[in-house]
Amino acid sequence: MRITVSVDGTKYTDDVEPRMLLVHYLRERLGKTGTVVGCDTSNCGACTVHLDGHSVKSCSVLAVQADGCEVTTVEGLARDGRMHPVQQAFHDNHALQCGFCTPGMIMQAIDLLADDPDPDENAVRHGLEGNLCRCTGYQNIVRAVRDAASKMAPGAGPVAEQVSDSEITSRAPSHTGGGS
Amino acid sequence: MIPTQFDYVAPATVDDAVRELADAGDDGKVIAGGQSLLPVLRMRLAAPAKVIDIGRIPELRGIRDDGDAIVIGAMTTHYEVQRDPLVREHALLIATATDTVADPQVRHRGTFGGSIAHADPAGDLLAPALAMDAVMVVAGMDGRRSVPASEFFVDYFTTSMNPAELLVEVRVPKYTGWHAHYEKFHRVAQSWSMVGVAAMVRTDGGTIAEARIGLTNMAAVPVRARAVEQALVGQAATAENIKAAAEHAANGTSPASDGNADGEYRSHLARVLTGRALSAAIG
Repeated sequence: MRITVSVDGTKYTDDVEPRMLLVHYLRERLGKTGTVVGCDTSNCGACTVHLDGHSVKSCSVLAVQADGCEVTTVEGLARDGRMHPVQQAFHDNHALQCGFCTPGMIMQAIDLLADDPDPDENAVRHGLEGNLCRCTGYQNIVRAVRDAASKMAPGAGPVAEQVSDSEITSRAPSHTGGGS
Repeated sequence: MIPTQFDYVAPATVDDAVRELADAGDDGKVIAGGQSLLPVLRMRLAAPAKVIDIGRIPELRGIRDDGDAIVIGAMTTHYEVQRDPLVREHALLIATATDTVADPQVRHRGTFGGSIAHADPAGDLLAPALAMDAVMVVAGMDGRRSVPASEFFVDYFTTSMNPAELLVEVRVPKYTGWHAHYEKFHRVAQSWSMVGVAAMVRTDGGTIAEARIGLTNMAAVPVRARAVEQALVGQAATAENIKAAAEHAANGTSPASDGNADGEYRSHLARVLTGRALSAAIG
């Protein structure tokens, strides 16, 4: 089945099997390996991306369901070589140990801050309840999100990530190897 | 793991979806938000030949005011339900229950109708639907029919819809001004409710005039805690009266024992959580 998806500002058209998960499309077709698979049960949130501006677990979305949608992954956050404020805050606060949960934590933190620009500690913990850190490094993660909140203007987040049409470039189908 | 191969269709209308369902017979499966189905497909606990995606049917989305009821489209996401002013004003119990569903990512994709149609006994929206006497509107080849919640849930993961029927919308009578709260107990953040209590009361000058209480996971289907409701009506809304009434929460139930909790513990939880839900509701 042919789908057209905008990922991190670039438009892709590809033929995919209906059963292909969005996370596998991102990783294996597009090479967006920044988005990782941490579990097989939809629990861990490591594969969190934004689908039309809202966080989703990309292991629980079919690629065909994303047809016509806009996807932002952790690889699409930096602008002009500068990290997104939430990425910077995770760096500044050492909000990672092994780092495996980090892409999902950052994507969910950005979503949380879009809904609640100034969350208290409890709101951060609830907002990240769909993301597991197996190193149990939650203290610094919460600290980083609060730090990012203080540095971001209200209303930033998914809205700030949207790419204008002029920036979207189209590309031929099946451009990368790998996957099937 | 990845799902087994299946054919995929995304009809644009309810009529087309019903026709696809009828054509597929037992080999077809509807996908709404997919937050329960996709994990099942990935683990290969199910292997439908055809998946019918109802996510591209505009009619199924949104919440509207319909006089003495609000109508929630089956494909309305939990996230949308949480933020809908009509739900907060007229169906507060659904709003508070939806706040506790899974996690933010799942609430962005998961749908009200999908949760109801899935009929998981641990699902958090079934007991509110029962307590509120919600009515499910289902579409089939012969048109549409309305099924009250008390007749909709039949068994574990089983509703009275036949395989060629589709849940279109849920009509929820208005309970404007009622106090409501959903209280559940689960072991860790993302585990299913061991027991949940959906409680709603109307007070009149400090006295409880009406009470409606639904229980999650105390049986294969959601059940009403009628004995608690009866014990509350006419009583002053005091902590002592709530505690006394909540003692009846498990009356007439015989909850299952499983790896999460045994039946006796579930009965204990029903009593404790009923008290908490009522206290929080009345505030």
